[in-house]
This record gives sequence, structure tokens and C-alpha cells, in this order.
Amino acid sequence: MRFIRWLSGVLFIAGAVVLIFAFLDVPFAEKLGLYLLMCFLFSLIRMFKGPTPADRAVATDIFGILVIGFCGILAVYSGKSWYIDIAIAWALQSFIGVLALAKFLEGKNFDD
Amino acid sequence: MIDIIANTIIIIGISFDLFGCIGLVRMPDIYNRLQASAKCVTLGTCGILLGVFVKFGFSAAGVKALLCIIFIILTAPVSAHALARGAHRSGVKLWEKSVCDKYKDAK
Repeated sequence: MRFIRWLSGVLFIAGAVVLIFAFLDVPFAEKLGLYLLMCFLFSLIRMFKGPTPADRAVATDIFGILVIGFCGILAVYSGKSWYIDIAIAWALQSFIGVLALAKFLEGKNFDD
Repeated sequence: MIDIIANTIIIIGISFDLFGCIGLVRMPDIYNRLQASAKCVTLGTCGILLGVFVKFGFSAAGVKALLCIIFIILTAPVSAHALARGAHRSGVKLWEKSVCDKYKDAK
């Protein structure tokens, strides 16, 4: 049973990577964007089924980091430089939010 | 030529993002997940932003990408350490095959 779960996961990931790379008729930049959307999907899976609140906090942190990378890809392939501004602002917001979540997980006051 | 180098660095960054997110789904407890997904930050997203810097050179977008790299490298270990500390203080159990818990002994 465990082996079947492992095999189905490997087949899903490898199939999606090969399908996006070889058989999809879109430009090169959209292929890179689709790989990053797969990363968003994995992070959302962990965010929905995480057994403890700390798992959801980790998934939120990684989601913010992935949004920064997505803004970088958009900046390269559209040629507009203000996407990097969005990336910097998102990095600041995500850092402050994750620190607040970590202090909330400890269950103590903020001046500890 | 510069386009080829930038695209190569961006592809390396995206593959590290993908491996880190697979580790986020695959690993058995929260500390392993945190350790696997912290690779998303250093090599993944910083790789993508380094590709942006190589692509644009010393223009407005390139220098802003360099600033973003510096900020992410400085803050990501802090947030990962704070999350691990908060999870341990809030009583999340380790995986049953883990061998040592030095943080509990030191407290």
C-alpha cells in the first residue's frame, strides 16, 4: 500500500514534468510559469492537509517565497521592471507575517 | 549569450523550487519539512532573482533584484528558526524514528 502511494506520486510528478516540457505547445516562458504553478499546488496541498498549525505556517512561508520567484519570472519575460518592486514588498510583508505567526505559535506575549 | 546564461540560472532555480516543494509534501514531520523547504529560498528563489540580474545587468530592475536577494538571504534563516522554535514550544512531537532532541535537553 505504501509502495503504491509512492509509485503514484512519482508517476504523477514525472508525468507532469514531461507533459509540460515536451507535449505542450506554449512559449518557453509559460512552461517555466507552469512549473512554478506546480510548486504552488504542492504548497497548497500541505496548507490544506497539514495536521498541526505549524505545518500551515511553514506552507505559508514557502508560498510567499514562491510568489517572489514568480514575480521575477514575470519581470524577465514581460520586460517590465516594476514586478521586482512587488517582489521586494512581498518579501517584507511575508517576513513580518511569518515572525508574527511564530510568536503566535509559542502562545506567549510579544515582549518575551 | 547572456540570454542563454540567464535562462540556465532561472531553470536551475525553478528545479530547486520544485524539489523543495516535493520535500514539503513528502517529509514525515514538521522539522524535516522545514529543513527540506528552506532549500526553496537559498537556491531556488535567489537563483531566479540572480537570473533576473544577469538578464538586466546594472539597470533599475537588476539592482532591485540584487537588493531583493540580499534581503531574502538575511531574513529567511531567521524566519525558519523562529518557526522551528515556535513549533517546538507549542508541543509538536518529533517523528517516532528521530534519534535525538537536544533542544529539549538544553531547556
